[in-house]
Amino acid sequence: MKPSFPTSRRDILRMGAAAMGGTLLSEQEALALDTPGTLGAPLGPYGDRSPFEKAVRWRRESKTPETGSSFTPLQDSVGTLTPSSLHYERHHSGIPTIDPARHRLVIHGMVDRPLSLSMADIRRLPSVTRTMVLECGGNSASEWAATTAPDVQRSFGLASCSEWTGVSLPLLLAEARVRPGASWVIAEGADACRMERSIPLAKALDDAFLAYGQNGEALRPAQGYPLRLRLPGWEGNANVKWLHSLKLTDQPYMARDETSKYSDLMPDGKARIFSYRMEAKSVITFPSGGQTVPGPGVYELTGLAWSGLGRIERVEITTDGGKTWTNAKLQEPRLPIAFTRFRLPWRFDGREAVIASRATDETGYLQPSREALVAVRGTNSVYHFNGMKFWRVRADGAVSNVEV
Amino acid sequence: MVALWGAVPLAAQSPLSGVGRTATPEEIRGLGLAIGPDGSGLPEGSGTVAAGRELFATHCSRCHGPKGEGEVGPALLGGQGTLATAKPFKTVGSFWPYATTLWDYINRAMPFDKPGLLKPPEVYAAVAFILNLNGIIGDGAVMDASSLPKVKMPNRDGFVADTRPDVGPGAPSRPQP
Ligand code: HEC
Repeated sequence: MKPSFPTSRRDILRMGAAAMGGTLLSEQEALALDTPGTLGAPLGPYGDRSPFEKAVRWRRESKTPETGSSFTPLQDSVGTLTPSSLHYERHHSGIPTIDPARHRLVIHGMVDRPLSLSMADIRRLPSVTRTMVLECGGNSASEWAATTAPDVQRSFGLASCSEWTGVSLPLLLAEARVRPGASWVIAEGADACRMERSIPLAKALDDAFLAYGQNGEALRPAQGYPLRLRLPGWEGNANVKWLHSLKLTDQPYMARDETSKYSDLMPDGKARIFSYRMEAKSVITFPSGGQTVPGPGVYELTGLAWSGLGRIERVEITTDGGKTWTNAKLQEPRLPIAFTRFRLPWRFDGREAVIASRATDETGYLQPSREALVAVRGTNSVYHFNGMKFWRVRADGAVSNVEV
Repeated sequence: MVALWGAVPLAAQSPLSGVGRTATPEEIRGLGLAIGPDGSGLPEGSGTVAAGRELFATHCSRCHGPKGEGEVGPALLGGQGTLATAKPFKTVGSFWPYATTLWDYINRAMPFDKPGLLKPPEVYAAVAFILNLNGIIGDGAVMDASSLPKVKMPNRDGFVADTRPDVGPGAPSRPQP
């Protein structure tokens, strides 16, 4: 046999297939994989994803599509960041088109120096950058009911993780000189409904910032372009988008979206108000509802964990319906209040398996079961569900949610 | 410049560098009217239940139903006494703690497809009509900056502080941030 060297990519592909013990690629298959003889697309000014990639946000049909939410396809995400184009949305009166050259932020009320800032003023100031999750207070609202949502997108997809850049709010408040006696900040957006939320001044002076950047570019319009209040670890709605007003007051204003909505009704008929914090949570994204495990063999179980109160310390996985738990490997670095990816090799032996994850954060808080949540809060509190999500992998590999 | 910024904690300096400018009264007026539960921020003007009934038929019933029973938009009445049951029905009448919120919200957000359309007397009228629908004020009541904050909503005392962490081992001992 003459010694032969691969002379083309086609040869290399054939050799690769042979070396791996696989069957030889047919001439036709090899051709399909080969470099076509025509030029590809030219350079472009702003990138698009491959036409073969189909992951999209999901939303319910509605007669008023300007209010509602669209869910991030967590089942399709890899790593820990959400592309801005797939970040979940929750708007109450549509996405405004705002010219940043005309947008101003006004800080007023109980301040000595009512301040008006242009976007250029804001961008001139020292900036801060943080990679952080943002989660809707109503994420996983579907999970309170006995019939839970069928897949990870519709059950956990109102959470996304971005790198946010902006200006420290304490810096601007110092500039406006907050008067003694002020204890709340009323934030207002420039959208049609002028979304309004009351924020404790203590939070504003702690770690709040005003974001103009997301994932290396300006915020997307759907995320509040040109300016958004970012309150680390707090529910999405309080992170007011299209921010144009911060009014310092000595009382919360009991806005519609902190009384009628985003309050948590308990079984005794009382509702918890100002429940902004998002507690530790995790979910397996593969295998998850709607997916199919192709057949017996070794797979990587993977998913996402996060906590509004800090770093994820531990994620445990069960494959026997909660009887035994094994620590998953956590992707480093584990940033506080950011998506943390977890992974665990798993052998699917072709027998039904009921799988779930549970996260522990740096405060020692352990993600509870749905039953534990329901025992305390009943099933009508709508918001802040952070229970475990169980998936059933059937013997044939089909994955579905578990009815409770 | 860089060395200076490195050495001096900026937050401690005020003014920073005179960033921005003093907000003008016109600018502040151009923002949404934020109404406090004590009525702070309520403008002049007044509205009656009768005026509100007419206005509701023109601007609101298309989405909320002729009697406010709900359609495209949520129901605006009913549900009193249901909050502690298995099927709570949360509405302005059964759930909202303050009547001032109704003024604040209708003024900023309704009608849904034309927010900002209503003048203050019209907002007072819409508020009066919805409160009357819920049996909270009488047919002859007039709503204005002094009467509205005095309206006691049925669920005024229905809200409590967030007591989380409330579930799981070790929950009670965890420090609240
Ligand atoms: C085009 C349809 C439409 C019209 C017209 C309309 N609304 Fe609404 N309304 C809605 C929708 C949709 C919501 C829910 C908005 C959301 O939650 O984001 C709503 C919410 C409300 C709420 C809050 C209810 C709650 O329990 O939280 C009130 C109060 C209200 N509307 C009053 C009015 C009044 C008063 C008018 C007339 C001046 C009006 N609406 C006109 C669609 C409409």
